[in-house]
Amino acid sequence: MAILVGSETRLLVQGITGREGAFHTAQCRDYGTTLVAGVTPGKGGQEAVGVPIFDTVAEAVERTGANTSLVVVPRPFAADAIAEAMDAGVGLVVAITENIPARDMVRAMRAAEGGPSRLVGPNCPGVITPGQAKVGIMPGFIHREGSVGVVSRSGTLTYEAVHQLTERGIGQSTCIGIGGDPVIGTSFVDVLERFEADEETEAVILIGEIGGSAEEEAADFIRRRFSKPVVGFIAGQTAPPGRRMGHAGAIVMGGKGTAADKMEALRSAGCRVVESPADLGAAMEASLAAR
Amino acid sequence: MNLHEHQAKALLAEYGVATPRGQVAFTAEEAVAAADGLGYPVVVKAQIHAGGRGKAGGVRLVRDAAAARDAAEALLGNTLVTKQTGPEGRLVRRLLVEEGVDIARELYASFLVDRSSGRPIAIASAAGGMDIEEVAATDPDRILTVTVDPAVGLQPFQARRLAFGLGLSGRTAGRAARFLTSLYRAFDGLDASQVEINPMLVTGDGEVLALDAKVSVDDSALFRQPRVASLRDVHEESPLEVEASRHHLNYIKLDGSVGCMVNGAGLAMATMDIVKLAGASPANFLDVGGGANAEQIENAFRILSSDPSVRAVLINIFGGILRCDRLAEGLIAAVRSLGVTLPIVIRMEGTNVEIARRMLEESGLDFTTASSMQDAAEKVVARLEAV
Repeated sequence: MAILVGSETRLLVQGITGREGAFHTAQCRDYGTTLVAGVTPGKGGQEAVGVPIFDTVAEAVERTGANTSLVVVPRPFAADAIAEAMDAGVGLVVAITENIPARDMVRAMRAAEGGPSRLVGPNCPGVITPGQAKVGIMPGFIHREGSVGVVSRSGTLTYEAVHQLTERGIGQSTCIGIGGDPVIGTSFVDVLERFEADEETEAVILIGEIGGSAEEEAADFIRRRFSKPVVGFIAGQTAPPGRRMGHAGAIVMGGKGTAADKMEALRSAGCRVVESPADLGAAMEASLAAR
Repeated sequence: MNLHEHQAKALLAEYGVATPRGQVAFTAEEAVAAADGLGYPVVVKAQIHAGGRGKAGGVRLVRDAAAARDAAEALLGNTLVTKQTGPEGRLVRRLLVEEGVDIARELYASFLVDRSSGRPIAIASAAGGMDIEEVAATDPDRILTVTVDPAVGLQPFQARRLAFGLGLSGRTAGRAARFLTSLYRAFDGLDASQVEINPMLVTGDGEVLALDAKVSVDDSALFRQPRVASLRDVHEESPLEVEASRHHLNYIKLDGSVGCMVNGAGLAMATMDIVKLAGASPANFLDVGGGANAEQIENAFRILSSDPSVRAVLINIFGGILRCDRLAEGLIAAVRSLGVTLPIVIRMEGTNVEIARRMLEESGLDFTTASSMQDAAEKVVARLEAV
């Protein structure tokens, strides 16, 4: 079953005709994801990566039954592309594009409010259910089918965690990068709710970072409503306050959003919090053994 | 991107936000001329990208030309240390000379994007002139917030609610509501991540003015805010950070001795953390981006190794799809062409990683390969101790 993406995924790619877009689309298809369409306004009727291109998302959905969109559109147009997919009722929209202006995201989220779509990202690596579907830019081969859910604000640090799990023979149910921006579609709590309901997920790795309060909200949810073991790590323990650490959302402001506070919140919610990112795999192994 | 107070006020004024009359000055002569033009008393304010200027002596009220000259000379070319600058302080290179205004009340107003709701919010308080985080911590009842629907903007009734909530009445409340409406329009129009007016001033005549103004603009939106982008003052940033930004590298100078080069922001932070846990300190945050191509690697190396406090380098690249042999090629070329002599510890994962490790080890350069993040952190600390 896993969550968000799987064998039932029918993928359309917005931005399929770009160089990066075409490359990652082919990677997703080669991993085994069912690819059904591409959307590039003005290129409708053509073909790319072996699938038809449509001018609009609505048309692509109607003609191909696409239920998931991967957005790899350049940033000036990315928020509009996200809003278009959500307006067309695509069930899951995964936005990879980084550096989208926050104002654009605020408006796109407002435009899509109340609709049936879920947005993951932007500025994220995407979602993968090993052995079933890859909707994103993560390297598929580092993953392995299994029962540990991974959710993270980071990209390559998520790969690191997955790599440690796979090296120990621990597979993953679904791995989700929720994105490093201040305004994102899916929060830790949204993902944890689904992991709780997912029978295939037995435990979760949660990777947070400095800035905002998403980890504190996750800790509160875990304390009240999450029954499975959680291993946590917070990146940025050594980050100076007031500086934006690469991700637009990674900043300690006015003493708020520090790694220490987030680690403490997760610890007090019963999570196994590691100080070193190198200990994620071992901590999960210990958590699974202790059940 | 942060702006100077005088730049922020000039931009806000274009949206109808009332500010005191003022003029920027780069020399004492310009400051005196500006003061003479405005009429005394005037306030001479040091322009640096840090708060706490008033308490640090960076804001001076003067009543005549001689005093204006003295104030300007005392500030310009000198370092101002405030609680936000750190002990090294900031060199003052420009001043804002502003008309003196009489102060009846000091309020607080700001707009920013609330991360939880994904919407803009207004924050206002009657406790102006103070650190708003402190007010929020000690006196949360004195903080008013209003969430703005981005589709329609700040509504008049919302602006009135804030104005009356600040304890204003009559014509002054109306002025404050208009002030806040203009401020929201500026926040939206400038792609600001935050506009903060502290204090938002009520004068004896009931006028509402921005006595100080802080505007931070969303870096991701600078591509469509060319005027704002042109206001960047590189003197307010570290030279290495300016150089890095020219190459689209995310670099932040820190005070340790292990230079770090990593792909991805989260992994870069985690790498700094593990260096610290292993007993050393990171010299920088450096994210070379997901792709990490040869040119970026060379740029990154040049910036890293021009920091004199760097004594060893840790490279952590989780390539995934990226081919490690290409990465190794780029690294070897960069180290050769730049003549880097620092010990370099490399951890990488990705396609062809074994070939890449062999290439590095056989290059004759001072590369140490590591098999994991932990191994890399331990090896770089060992190299540091051996230097």
